[in-house]
Amino acid sequence: MTDDLPEDLPDDVTALIDETAYEETSDFPVERGYIWTSCASVENGNPLYWDETAAAEITGGPIAPPSMLSTWFRPHHWAPGQDEPKLPLQVHFDLKKRLNLPEAIIAEFTTVFHEPVRPGDVLTTCQRLRSVSPVKTTKLGRGRFWTIDVEYRNVRGELCGVESYTGFGYRREVREEAKSA
Amino acid sequence: MKPQLTLDQVAVGDTLPVLRYEVSATTVVLGALATRDWRPMHHDHAFAVERNGVRDIFLNTPNQAAWFERYLTDWTGPHGRPGRMRFRMKDSVFPGDTMAISGTVTGVGVDEAGCGWIDVDLDLAVGEDSKTGCSARIAVPVSPDDNPWARRGERWRP
Repeated sequence: MTDDLPEDLPDDVTALIDETAYEETSDFPVERGYIWTSCASVENGNPLYWDETAAAEITGGPIAPPSMLSTWFRPHHWAPGQDEPKLPLQVHFDLKKRLNLPEAIIAEFTTVFHEPVRPGDVLTTCQRLRSVSPVKTTKLGRGRFWTIDVEYRNVRGELCGVESYTGFGYRREVREEAKSA
Repeated sequence: MKPQLTLDQVAVGDTLPVLRYEVSATTVVLGALATRDWRPMHHDHAFAVERNGVRDIFLNTPNQAAWFERYLTDWTGPHGRPGRMRFRMKDSVFPGDTMAISGTVTGVGVDEAGCGWIDVDLDLAVGEDSKTGCSARIAVPVSPDDNPWARRGERWRP
C-alpha cells in the first residue's frame, strides 16, 4: 500500500539530522596483509604499497590505498558473543525500519579522502544523518531519499575521510505487489 | 623518485588508456574478501540467482572503487593522490564479462593552496553498457619537485 505513507517526517527522525550516532572503534588495526590482498584483487602495482623506499620517500612510510577506507570498519563475519551480525551503515537500516520502508537501495555515494590511513592505525567512526527528502515516487516505488555521512578518524583525531551515502527507502507500488503476491 | 605525471602535461578532453579485464568468479570472490564483504551474493552463485534474481555472483562496489583507484594511479603514478570519488551504480558485473574502464579529463586547475587537481569522469562498461560511473578528483604535482602527499590540514582541500 502507498496511501498510508505520511507526508510529514516524524519529529524523532527530524531530531536525528546532524546528530552524531554509532561512534565506534574498529575491530582491528589497519594491517598490511589486507592492503596487499586488496592490491592483488585489482592487480594494483602502485609502488606506494609494494616498495618501502618509494613509500618512505613519497608518503613518509607505508599507507593503505585510500579506497580501502570503509574496509577497516566492516565487521567480522563472526565473533565470540555476537548474537546478530553487525550492520555497516546502521542509520540506513534504522531509517528503513522507523519510516516503514521495507526496500532500500544506495543510489550513489561519495568518498572524500583526507589524512592517509597507515598500518597500525586503529580508526574510529561515526554516522550522521544529513537530510531526508519529502515523499517521492520513482520507478522503484514511493518513499524517501536520505543522505548519511560516515566519518573516519585516526587515533590522533585526524580526519581520514568522509563517505556520503544517498539512499532511497521505498515501498513497491501496489500494482507490483499484487503481481508478486 | 620523479613524478610520472605533472599538471602541465594534462588538458581537458584528454582520454586515459582503456583498461580491459576479464572478470572471473575468482575476481569477484577475491574482491569481496579483500574488502571484508561477506554478503553471499558476492560468493554464492545459488544465492545470487535465487535471492537476487541475477545471473551470477557480481563485483561488489568497494572492489570497483579499488579498480577505479588502480586505474587512476596507473595513469598518474604514485605521486597522484586521490581526493574525492563519487560513484553511480547502474548495473552489475558478472564472471565472464570483460570490463573496460575508461576516463576523460573534465577539469584541470590549481586551488588557492597551490595544489594541482585533475577532475576525471570514469566509466566501467561491459560491451556497450555502462555499469558504474565515477567522478574522481585527484591531485598531481604542479612541478617535478612537488608532492601532493606532503599536504596536510589547510593545504589539503579535496
